Amino acid sequence: MGAMAHVLAVNPVPARSQMGSSLGFHIILACFGIAFAAVTMTAEWIGIKRGDAAALLLARRWSKVMAVLVAVGAVSGTVLSYEMGLLWPGMMGRFGAAIGLPFSLEGIFFFLEAIFVGVYLYGWERLPPWAHWWSGMPIVVAGILGAMSVIAANSWMNSPAGYTLSHGKISSVDPVSVFFNAATPYETAHMVLAAYMVTGFLVAGVYAVGLLRGRRDRYHRLGFAVPFTIAGIAAPLQVLMGDIIARFIEHNQPVKFAAMEYVPRTTRDAPEWIGGIFINGHVYLGAAIPAFDSILVGFSPHTRVIGWDSVPPDQRPPLVTLIHLSFDLMVGIGFFLLALAAWQGWWWWFHRRLLVTPWFLVPCALSGVAAVAAMEAGWVVTEVGRQPWIVYRVLLVSNAVTPSSGVPVTLGVILVLYAILTVVSIGIPLFMSRRWRQGAPAEEETEQVPYGPSQAHAGVSPARPPAVRRTSSGGPEAR
Amino acid sequence: MSPSPDTIAVAAILFMVIAAYALFGGADFGGGIWDLLAGGAERGRAPRDLIDEAITPVWEANHVWLVFILVLLWTAFPPAFAAIMTALFVPLSLSLLGIVLRGVGFAFRHTAERLRMQQLTGALFAAASLITPFFMGTVVGAVATGQVPVHPAGNVVAAWTSPTAILTGFLFVAACAYVSAVFLVPEARGRGRRDLTRYFALRATAAGALTGALAGGTFAELSLSSPHVFAGLTGVALPLVAISIAAGMAVLGMLWAGWYHAIGLRATAAVAVATVVWGWGLAQYPYLFPTSLSLGAGSAPKASLVGEFVVAGLALLLVAPGFVLLYFLQQRRMLVAAETDADLRVAARLERPVSGQPAVAPAPVAARVTTALVLALLAIRAIRDVFSSPDHR
Repeated sequence: MGAMAHVLAVNPVPARSQMGSSLGFHIILACFGIAFAAVTMTAEWIGIKRGDAAALLLARRWSKVMAVLVAVGAVSGTVLSYEMGLLWPGMMGRFGAAIGLPFSLEGIFFFLEAIFVGVYLYGWERLPPWAHWWSGMPIVVAGILGAMSVIAANSWMNSPAGYTLSHGKISSVDPVSVFFNAATPYETAHMVLAAYMVTGFLVAGVYAVGLLRGRRDRYHRLGFAVPFTIAGIAAPLQVLMGDIIARFIEHNQPVKFAAMEYVPRTTRDAPEWIGGIFINGHVYLGAAIPAFDSILVGFSPHTRVIGWDSVPPDQRPPLVTLIHLSFDLMVGIGFFLLALAAWQGWWWWFHRRLLVTPWFLVPCALSGVAAVAAMEAGWVVTEVGRQPWIVYRVLLVSNAVTPSSGVPVTLGVILVLYAILTVVSIGIPLFMSRRWRQGAPAEEETEQVPYGPSQAHAGVSPARPPAVRRTSSGGPEAR
Repeated sequence: MSPSPDTIAVAAILFMVIAAYALFGGADFGGGIWDLLAGGAERGRAPRDLIDEAITPVWEANHVWLVFILVLLWTAFPPAFAAIMTALFVPLSLSLLGIVLRGVGFAFRHTAERLRMQQLTGALFAAASLITPFFMGTVVGAVATGQVPVHPAGNVVAAWTSPTAILTGFLFVAACAYVSAVFLVPEARGRGRRDLTRYFALRATAAGALTGALAGGTFAELSLSSPHVFAGLTGVALPLVAISIAAGMAVLGMLWAGWYHAIGLRATAAVAVATVVWGWGLAQYPYLFPTSLSLGAGSAPKASLVGEFVVAGLALLLVAPGFVLLYFLQQRRMLVAAETDADLRVAARLERPVSGQPAVAPAPVAARVTTALVLALLAIRAIRDVFSSPDHR
């Protein structure tokens, strides 16, 4: 018990901050890992099927961006695997046998993804078109299944199942119940849809900016339409899914739900708070819809909603205002994105044309950032709402955190590194697109001076950039 | 209590995966080390290009082995994982730092435009290739010497700074460089690059000799620091050690004789490395931490082990064919960075055909920049002349 007392003395806040920032960063790249291949392959499919050069060019350029994002994502994902042990040895030592199983399955899908990313990204030149297209298919499937595996592990932390404890140690495990715990179907579907929305709206947003700047060619229209359509299909499904999940959480993690909806005391006729700050039992600056929370939960104003007074104060989540406002932000953005998708859908239905008025495109340009904000807010609700538990009602965060003393240092390093990584993953695609717009093939092809496939092999010398143009035009003016 | 058969089976899988990472991941790290040692931008261009072509399409898939090691360890042997992660927090964090920096280097270096930026990202990539294997080596050294407590109360600095651990770190770095150079020899030969073939054959020989010497040193150190593992290496694991030495010698012989058979050379080097890893595993048997935590006491319940077995089977079924395809395409040089989009750009009417453009658009920009720079320099010169001490003139 001496060791336990020591563990209890550790302050988990730096570890939680490090885990939170690592996850918050990785999850954005993970979205691209899950969904970007599908977006790219849709463009490639259009390109091959219709002989559409603009679509092919989009697909090829997106795959270059994918190369950067996947590389950074692989790294930030590894950071998370390490951190599971570096930060939470108390959880992994006790429950690794259970929570490790979905992670192991994810390992397979990560493998498949990495292998076929290698084939897809570098197979453009020399694989036949359809063979190349099919080489992307495993990335799409593995992306979805891999996401489900990882999310299943998170679901297990929210809804632990499939194990028996004896003397504080796991004595037997039921892998199927671990994987398909009560929260798995809800969380996995929610996250996969979120990934398609984040990726779709972010990519579409880039081309919305292009369209706004007057580049109304087929290239930009397609670059907007393909990802926007994919995200637009996911948006209504997501709103529907969100409604179902909220009811599930009310049932499965009532205290988290109480924090999300400001329900301090178990009550009937629970009001639905929109916005508002919770201080000392009062909600300030919020609007309440009488009894609407009860209606949403049980379709009747007399439905009893459990409040956080149902558990002792030390088992209630901290920062209820953060949880509630994050939840509101997520829901609000969800409806905003749904409205955008509906608007475009309406216009397409009656006019068979892409809507390109600035009134529509300006919000579209911001839709990607909004989708990211919604997803991050959703994770804040899930993770902060589970506090103070790391494994819900089984293990406290403070009993899982590492006793090692270096966490504040690694937290600082991680923050700096992720700042750099953020600049890299936003800066490089921006930089690429600027260069693509300048449309100077010479620059694009001779970019790798000391680090890159040798130009000598391709018969292209960096000293004579115009030589590249010979391959495209065969024109006599190439020197 | 002797460990159950499924515990032994999963431990065997774990060591297979560690050997795979040592080989494939190690070769990629080694590539970074040779990149670091290749010399100036001009002189080192050819080897760097070869390294880059060989690594870029496959590094990510090779990296996944590491994730698999972590996952296997925490699922099948949770107490050992928790103890290692707590006691060796510092070297593990440093190896992670190396992994992150390497990733940034990879992401960046193909898109960095200016030479300065390319040198920076290249240096990042190369330096990270040193840091990661070194600190992973210290971790393995700390485990093998039994210096990781079963219930650590925090960092255990002494565990990974012992002479054995430090030596193991250097051994890992040398082994990565060795494997990489051996793998690059047929790579160069396949491209018909005689000069590079010799270049890497020479380096493989040197790195091989260094690795052998360091392995001997570590072995001698182990006799003092970890009697159990030393007894295992000279006892039950002796055949594996002998095979490793023989294979290592054979590789040196092949390199010396100039017999650069692609599969023969690689396979022999792979045997040399894998048998050392397995020898280490066998020598530790039946302990996870010699001699404080046994396999039996540190393993997960049966169902988790069976689960890992199923996962390994699935991996063999799904991942192995994928890897075969990847390496097949890579060896056939079907995987190359896209050469040009110019044809598509023209077809998509994003730009007019080249013939319609004025010749060489970027040149005037460069000329203007140069002119501006020259003018600026002259201006600075003039201002400095004016404000310098008058007696000078």
